Amino acid sequence: MESTRPLAVLRGACKRYGATRALDGVDLQLRAGQVTSLLGVNGAGKSTAVGLLLGLLAADAGEVSVFGQAPGSLDVRRRCGAMLQSAALPERLQVGELLDMVRAGYPQPRSVADCVALAGLDGLVGRRYGKLSGGQQRRVQFALAICGRPRLLFLDEPTTGLDIDARQGLWAAVRELVADGSAVLLTTHYLEEAEALSDRVAVLDGGRLVAEGSVDEVRARVSLRRIQCRSRLAADVVAQWPGVVEAVREGEALRIVAEPAEPVVRRLLDADPGTCDLEIRRAGLADAFLALTRSTDALQEAA
Amino acid sequence: MHTTTLRAPLRAHLAEARCELVRLAREPAFGVPVLAFPAMFYLLFAVVLNRGNPGAAAYLLASYGAFGVVGAALFGFGVTIAMDRERGYLRLRRTLPTPPGSMLLAKMAMAVLFAAAISLLLATLAATAGGVRLAPAQWAGLALVNMAGVLPFAAIGLWVGTLVGGNAAPALLNVLYLPMSFLSGLWMPLSMLPDWLAGIAPAWPAYHLGQLALKVVGHDDGGRAWVHAAVLALVAVVFFALARRRLHAAE
Repeated sequence: MESTRPLAVLRGACKRYGATRALDGVDLQLRAGQVTSLLGVNGAGKSTAVGLLLGLLAADAGEVSVFGQAPGSLDVRRRCGAMLQSAALPERLQVGELLDMVRAGYPQPRSVADCVALAGLDGLVGRRYGKLSGGQQRRVQFALAICGRPRLLFLDEPTTGLDIDARQGLWAAVRELVADGSAVLLTTHYLEEAEALSDRVAVLDGGRLVAEGSVDEVRARVSLRRIQCRSRLAADVVAQWPGVVEAVREGEALRIVAEPAEPVVRRLLDADPGTCDLEIRRAGLADAFLALTRSTDALQEAA
Repeated sequence: MHTTTLRAPLRAHLAEARCELVRLAREPAFGVPVLAFPAMFYLLFAVVLNRGNPGAAAYLLASYGAFGVVGAALFGFGVTIAMDRERGYLRLRRTLPTPPGSMLLAKMAMAVLFAAAISLLLATLAATAGGVRLAPAQWAGLALVNMAGVLPFAAIGLWVGTLVGGNAAPALLNVLYLPMSFLSGLWMPLSMLPDWLAGIAPAWPAYHLGQLALKVVGHDDGGRAWVHAAVLALVAVVFFALARRRLHAAE
């Protein structure tokens, strides 16, 4: 999979809005059969990266290429699908009419029945878009994004406002598309979503790429461990120990975030031989994300 | 299905036109006033208050036709484009493979359709209640002027729609529409206005459409038809170009 040529590439991409650097020299590759998640807080540059790849924005510097061409040409658009963060569709049109209109632009569109099944739109085809709930509207937007059998699919915060069932339905659809060989660029606030779906993760912070790799690789960038045990030790005492980032008590349980874990565990057992129910976990993507974006914040503040 | 044999762009244009038609048809806040205002004005001024002057009834048939067409074009384009742009729909459309300009073509087709409907409605009122008698070529000429005359005002509406948001667009368009119609002699003959106001009438695009329509019924000011047509064509080209530049400008 690694050897395949990327379908879309950002190389040293820069985009500025006035004095603000929305993107500052970002490299990114989207490969067939992979979900690449772009993570970052609001304003980190996620949507700007999507806008560049879709040809909605022009880069100030660097290279943007999609299917080996400049983005936004008709030929490129025929092979792409996109779900943007905010795109209100005409409220007076029915779901089926919207699907027909968008499908008409693609050379080999998916059938309406397929779109309905993939996006979970059963019973909504005859309804007007304006009468749908927010989550249903989001699913319609997803259906429009996939109706042209895109080789490259952009999902900009697709599951914001979706309930758990709808979210998992969308995840299943994305997995199906990727299994068929599509490349997907996903931006999301939900780290469990990135963890569940992504083959690769790129973390943006202040317009710069601070980490890029597989979910495991990005997690490994952070050596934090979560320790949980039952102990009589006071949390504020443990919090003073070297290597402990944070210690809190929740009922009987003592929860510790430490880096590295081993010396802390040794000291826990020494200080309270009654310590039991010991559990050590590696940090999740969410912890890694926080650590990665926090450290650059600290760097920027120090600078 | 037979549509699959159509070339993709044609299929896309047809789907687009259908959607625009359906959108407008389901938007009574647009369709009803656009058709009702010219008809209402015509009934009031050309029939009820006119006391059987066939000349005035013919004059107002031409001028209210132009008035209605200008309104349909300005609002049909300006308000929907402003709303679509503001709410991100145009942005999404730029990512779709729909042929460029298919939305504009569809909207233009709708404006021409509304112009035809207004022509037919006013012609029916004029021929029945207004007692207007015209040659078949004159009836056809009025419809033709209206249907072609919709384009420059569609371009102006489009441009306004690219400048302001969906809430401001109707207000701004009304400020443009109503005074321009009045000052162009579409509500009452220019001879009833102060000389200096009548003198600057040729500055308004709507004046030239009104004059073309009035020429068909023989009530125009005597200007050359090709000059009016050229002014309207120029307005159409300039404002379409301005609007296109606004719509395609890289962000």
